[in-house]
Amino acid sequence: MSETDTGLNRNPEPRVFGPVSRADFVRYAGASGDFNPMHYDEPFATGAGFPSVFSQGMHQAALLATFATDWLGAENIRRFHVRFREQVWPDDVLTCSGTITQEERQADGLLVTADLTCARQTGAVAIVGSADFLIPE
Amino acid sequence: MPFEFPIERGKVREFARAMQSDNQAYQVVDAVVPPTFLVSVAHWTPVGSRPDVGFDRKRLLHGEQEYIFHGPPPRCGQVLSAETRIADRYEKAGRRGGTMRFAVMVTEFRDEGGTLVAEQRMTVVETAVAPESEPT
Repeated sequence: MSETDTGLNRNPEPRVFGPVSRADFVRYAGASGDFNPMHYDEPFATGAGFPSVFSQGMHQAALLATFATDWLGAENIRRFHVRFREQVWPDDVLTCSGTITQEERQADGLLVTADLTCARQTGAVAIVGSADFLIPE
Repeated sequence: MPFEFPIERGKVREFARAMQSDNQAYQVVDAVVPPTFLVSVAHWTPVGSRPDVGFDRKRLLHGEQEYIFHGPPPRCGQVLSAETRIADRYEKAGRRGGTMRFAVMVTEFRDEGGTLVAEQRMTVVETAVAPESEPT
């Protein structure tokens, strides 16, 4: 998916992650410093009325960022926005995809705006995102 | 009060693994940070220095998150300066009555020369009803 070297890829292959596991949530907690027990402490989560622990929204955002920066370039990112819609549970399979919604030629490159989504295997959207990338020309 | 936030290669590598990325841009000596890496400023935020929005923790949800980069993302080896403030507050009517409250917490990241290089905008929500009482 590194077509950005030679030109803009307007139809990236979606990227599938998972099934996501509790170990993934713990790894993300350590990486990010977010130790909300809701995401790894089963008695805590069930005690709060949830069927089990669930993924950090920012964990899914990070997976979406993996998809987006493989597609349009890690150094090119200028803005990354996500809105959290629905929880993600252990064993969910997530599909990250994106489309380009806007292209604007600037003095230092092509400013590309992309809409991003991370969907569960049910089809429900867990997070929606948008991002700007400045692609050198 | 601004506080120090060094961008460490090991933490970037750990974050890249947590996001299941094998992108070489996150592996090289002068790796750029991934789009959401700056959330790990939590490891450096002094206890008690984060502004308290005063919401009921049992009704607290993470609504949105945004990162803005004023140029290529920061790189390993840089020592940033970070500071968090409450930038906005607003309210909306809840779907089942009551009031939902929103707060936007902005963290600004400056480089060694004091130039603003990145911003993190986190929107937190206090729901009108407890999340566990809503249908899932």
